Formats: sequence, structure tokens, C-alpha cells
Amino acid sequence: MTREQVLDLYFLDARHKLIEIAAFLDRVERADGKDDFRIEAFRTALGKLAPADGHVRPTVSEGAGNHRAKDVLLAFSDHSIEPVEKAPGKGAVGAV
Amino acid sequence: MRYIEPHAHMVSRVTDDYERMALAGCEVVCEPAFWAGFDRSAAEGFFDYFSQLTAHEPKRAAKFGIKHFCWLCINSKEAEDVKLAEEVIALVPLFLERPNVLGIGEIGLNKNSRNEMRVLEMQVELAAARDQLILVHTPHLEDKLKGTRLILDVLKNDRRIKPERVIIDHVEEHTVEMVLNSGMWAGMTLYPETKCTPSRAIDILELYGNERLWLNSACDWGISDPLAVPKTAVEMKRRGHLATAIEKVIFENPKMFLGQSEHFAATLRS
Repeated sequence: MTREQVLDLYFLDARHKLIEIAAFLDRVERADGKDDFRIEAFRTALGKLAPADGHVRPTVSEGAGNHRAKDVLLAFSDHSIEPVEKAPGKGAVGAV
Repeated sequence: MRYIEPHAHMVSRVTDDYERMALAGCEVVCEPAFWAGFDRSAAEGFFDYFSQLTAHEPKRAAKFGIKHFCWLCINSKEAEDVKLAEEVIALVPLFLERPNVLGIGEIGLNKNSRNEMRVLEMQVELAAARDQLILVHTPHLEDKLKGTRLILDVLKNDRRIKPERVIIDHVEEHTVEMVLNSGMWAGMTLYPETKCTPSRAIDILELYGNERLWLNSACDWGISDPLAVPKTAVEMKRRGHLATAIEKVIFENPKMFLGQSEHFAATLRS
């Protein structure tokens, strides 16, 4: 697909999801209480989406790499290597 | 369009889902043994469950012309009780010769604990000793990266395990490369919120090619969609993928991997 075709297919859905994220952050900050590890990890992961200097990423052919989804998943991941002594419950929470 | 659903927990789905899957072109469904949403209290509970997977579910599927296969194991969420796990693992060989059994699965890790590792190793030993195919569950969310690494180490450390006879399921962007580099198969699970989406799964196919990759819904008792695979096929079509390329991913690839099971091959021959 061309970039225009990708935008034709996915722009509105991505726009909707971005607004949802923005609304979520507003909602968190309106609520009383302190941040916990989840929202701290979320803000770290958010930073993986755009470079700090604000420049638009060059194309893959210009050697930019193209791995935001992977970087976000890694930002939420447990990077330790040893098994834990005992499972702390059954569920996952989404961040460490 | 025909497809194989390589991972669906049909015991937790209503019969309407079989009808919908058949209408969408499903020819084969494969059902790994999983956590029922609660901890079974004794090995006898697993015996009944394995009986359900090997005798009852195939009949339910057959009413809609779908061939049903299953995998057997004790899943990682019930692996903290190692004594129970040993009793359940001792039951598995009683069912391995049933005609719809593919191998050992879905084994793996959940919270990456020492007991889960022990139970994983016991089941890998069973699979290796009996030359069974292996289907692996990788942990959810923040545990997936660590769990995938631990699981790959266990499998690679057993020289009897042939990588092409192992499918590591629920890969995402941060684990797919390490799985494919190991020579094993990688499954992308189209499950809301906690795993892949159709668009991301197709992105992975476009980045890594379509060898040793398959799609599945892993539909279960949670909010999930038994038609996630054909819906992803439609999205592939929207992106301009050819019909032959789509069929490779949703039918030929699962058939290739599963065809390594004598039971699967025999059923297709009949």
C-alpha cells in the first residue's frame, strides 16, 4: 500500500484511539490520588511514539527503523530474567 | 474462503459459534487444554475435561462439518500446585492415542514462577519422550517478554525437541522475532485488549514474511471473537494481499504445522 492508502484505511480509527488516550490522561489527572506504577509506565510508553525533538520520522528507506509498537510493549514489560519464587496471583496488570 | 482455526476453546463457546464458524469457512478447529476460569480441585476433573475434549467436542463440531482436534496438558495457571500437576500429567498418556489429539498444549508460563517452570519442564519431557507436537502459551501483558525468553530456553535446552514441531502462541511485536529466529513457529492471537489486533498481526506478516506464522482467535469464556481469523483475512484483502497469500496464512500454514501430527494427517487422508 502507498502511504495515502494506509491513511485512507486507518486514519479515522487511529484518530479515535488517540482521542481516547487523551481523554484517559485527562480523566486520570482529574481524579484525586497519586500516580502509581501503571500510569508512570504509560507515560514512559507514550514517549516512545514521538521523538523528543518533534521531528517527523524519516521513511524506512532513509534508515529510520519502524518499531514503535515493539518499543511500547517493551516499555510495559518485565525485563528481569529469573523466575519468581511464587506466582503473585494469576492475572497480569499491564505494567511493572 | 476456507480456513483452519488453530486455537479456540470451544468448550466455553455456545453451539451457535460452530455454526457461525462453519458459515465463515472454518474446516478445522484445534482446541488446547486451558484454564476453565477457576482451579479444578482434583485430577479427576482433568480426566473429565480430557474426555470432553477427545469425545464430546468432536461430535459437536461434526454437526457443522468441522473437524475438531485437541491438545492436552495442565495449563500454567494451575501449575503452582505441583503435586496436582504431576497427577494430571500422569493422565495425559491415557488420551494421547485418541484420534483427535495433536500433542501437548497449551503449556507455558503465566507469572513466570519456579513451580510453573517445573511443570513446564515436566510437560516438555513428556512431549519429548512421546515425540509429540508442542503448543506453547506465552504469558499475558507485562509478563510476556520474560516468559517467552524462559520458555525458549527450556525448549532449546532439550535436544530431542525439534523446533519445527513447536508453535509458540500469542506472539506480539516484541517477541515474534526471537521466536522465529529459534526456528519454531509463531502464532498471533487476535484477542481484544490483551493480545494482537488484526491490523497489527498483518503488520507483523508484512514485516517478517508469512513462513511459520499463523493466526488464531483463542476465543474462550472471556470477551473474544471466534470469527477473528476470517475477519483478519478480510482486512488482508482490503490491504491488497492476494487470495493465495491469505489462504497460505489462514489455511496452508496451519495445515503444514498440524500435518506433522499423524492423527491430523490421517484425518485429512480419510
